Amino acid sequence: MSNLGIPKTYKLFIGGKFPRTESGRILKVRGPKGEFLANASRASRKDFRNSVVAARRASGGWAKSTAYLKGQILYRIAEILDGRTDQFVNELVAHGLPENKARAEVAEAVDLLVHYAGWSDKYQALFSTVNPVASSHFNFSSPEPSGVVVIVSPTRGSLPELVSVIAPAMVGGNAVVVLAGENALTAISFAEVLATSDVPAGVVNILTGHRDELVPEFAKHMDVNAMLLCSDDAEERQGVELEAVENLKRVALQPDRPLSPSPYHILDFQEIKTTWHPVGV
Amino acid sequence: MNANDFLSGGFAPAPESTDHFEIKKTYDLYIGGKWVKAAKRFQTTNPANGEVLSEVALAGKKEVNQAVKAARKAYDEIWSKLSGAERGKYLFRIARLLQERAREFAVVETMDGGKPIRESRDVDVPLAAAHFFYHAGWADKLTYAFPGAEVSPIGVVGQVIPWNFPLLMAAWKIAPALACGNTVVLKPAETTPLTALKLAELFEDAGLPAGVVNIITGAGETGQSLVEHPDVDKVAFTGSTAVGKAIRRSVAGTGKKFTLELGGKAANIVFEDAAINEAVEGIVTGIFFNQGHVCCAGSRLFVQESVADKVIKKLQKRMESLVVGNPLDKNTDVGAINSASQLERIKELVKAGKEEGACIWQPSGGVPRKGNWFKPTLFTECAQSHRIVQEEIFGPVLAIQTFRTPREALTKANNTPYGLSGGVWTDKGSKIFKMTTGLNAGVVWANTFNKFDPTSPFGGYKESGIGREGGLHGLSAYCNLSH
Repeated sequence: MSNLGIPKTYKLFIGGKFPRTESGRILKVRGPKGEFLANASRASRKDFRNSVVAARRASGGWAKSTAYLKGQILYRIAEILDGRTDQFVNELVAHGLPENKARAEVAEAVDLLVHYAGWSDKYQALFSTVNPVASSHFNFSSPEPSGVVVIVSPTRGSLPELVSVIAPAMVGGNAVVVLAGENALTAISFAEVLATSDVPAGVVNILTGHRDELVPEFAKHMDVNAMLLCSDDAEERQGVELEAVENLKRVALQPDRPLSPSPYHILDFQEIKTTWHPVGV
Repeated sequence: MNANDFLSGGFAPAPESTDHFEIKKTYDLYIGGKWVKAAKRFQTTNPANGEVLSEVALAGKKEVNQAVKAARKAYDEIWSKLSGAERGKYLFRIARLLQERAREFAVVETMDGGKPIRESRDVDVPLAAAHFFYHAGWADKLTYAFPGAEVSPIGVVGQVIPWNFPLLMAAWKIAPALACGNTVVLKPAETTPLTALKLAELFEDAGLPAGVVNIITGAGETGQSLVEHPDVDKVAFTGSTAVGKAIRRSVAGTGKKFTLELGGKAANIVFEDAAINEAVEGIVTGIFFNQGHVCCAGSRLFVQESVADKVIKKLQKRMESLVVGNPLDKNTDVGAINSASQLERIKELVKAGKEEGACIWQPSGGVPRKGNWFKPTLFTECAQSHRIVQEEIFGPVLAIQTFRTPREALTKANNTPYGLSGGVWTDKGSKIFKMTTGLNAGVVWANTFNKFDPTSPFGGYKESGIGREGGLHGLSAYCNLSH
């Protein structure tokens, strides 16, 4: 009796659902020896705009959810990812990674998620102040999420790279749209992890596609508050900065590799709000 | 000008004297600790009467280059080698010298910019001194400011400031820059260069090493040369959103750090359960402070429908008692419009307000014939789409709308590309926090408005700017952090 495998269809992750690209285009994903692995979706500009709509819709509720809940959800992602280690290892090996390296990458991604889960209710204390103003007012400043953050992952798009850029923006209460790197399959499988980890629909949206085509759209969209670009390409960096001017998007430029864990990566996608109130009767 | 003609309430004239200090006939550029002549000069006038106060140097590319060089030299040879404690001591000295000369600075500020002496005396100058005093103390404590990160200075900072708070903005910019170990080239606004030049004199008195702060006067082109100069490591700008975006473009791809503090269109929201008399005072402070030449001015008033008539009546009564006239008079509430071009801009938008169907109301008193003046003005029957609701007027013009529910107020308030500030008036604590957390703005005043302090970070969301000034958060704009 034959036992033919059932290959997975790799689609996009938008608004908690897995739609095909509206454009009907594909990205042919091949293994290291050129063998066919899958037809991933080649997201269009319209797919990106749909993702921003989904992210905007999700951003208010996610921003308002308690820090405790955000922490638990990030921890939940780590749990689910850890449980699916073998699936990711198999995919990474198919992509050409040796098994021990693949296993180490999954473990690193899990650790990053656990790390940021723990920041959910702590970075606020680190980055808030009570300001001793010279008048009879109670005055304090504290961080609030930027809103919708779009992220261009490092080019390779390994699991630790992907998690290192998503987790800090997400734990800070932002809804994100991520353009995955070359490891499209890993990114979409990670979306399946997110979809089963109580992450509210639309809080994380993942697109696979051509970087050249989508990066300028990421940078110029008027309903995006901030953007993270992981790139060593000076021209690409400048292009993004220029496109981002029209709505004064906050732009964080990072090198083309995983971000090392730091609360300052959370702070990159926060706005500081200062509140005044008189003291008296 | 006889100030008394324009006063209401029968106040006798009480002008501040101008005979206790000198405004020189000409001022040169302050570069590398020396006064350097430029090929061209321009006049700075008193907007309240059109009189020429002084002729100041117009810095061209050559002088900008000279100033950046001087700042670089001072950074490399002196300032970056000085301990934080020593840098702090210079800043403390500057704060003290400014306090000593407070009266002079207040009068010159009012003459050059048109703001009431009451404001320059009680707000601008004391706050400027406080900024130096506050940041002085940070200079040797920066390692405590950023947990887990290593902090170092950026280098040479180019700063371009506006005409609405000339001295105060100079202090906001210079004090944190020096405290964090940077050197400065500052360009004051074209119409208000005098207090920055006097500040340069004060730096000389303080013995500040040559080149640590350089002051170059000029117009837009001077500022542009400064921010585009390749040897400037960081740009700090306060001014219009349009210019801010141009600056953002010019620093793209250069790796220069930048902070932008830009325009605003703040919503001031008054609920039916507010202390109405206090709210009316807050509305007046919000929009008529400094003739409305304030980026965080409460220029959109949202009043809950049930109390709208009452609030507007009280507001009109209060506006009838505002004293508009000689800025040097200690009774004056609303001074002169800073420049003829700004007056034109205000008039254009007010005309648009009338044409688009909003109802204008102004108090009955007159304004002086000479100089630039505009009466405190309010508009009712405004719609979200009106230009006077959408665009920053930067003048004493208030657009009033009504609302029924907190949610409606928030939706309307946040329906703007700006996000600098906002105000909320209610006696209910939980409602205050619902509103202050819901407003997309960097500074929110609850049951107060237009309060500032060096310890309190200031800056905008969205198109109102990037970065904060003041407080702990303002320091990061002047430091490189590695983590």
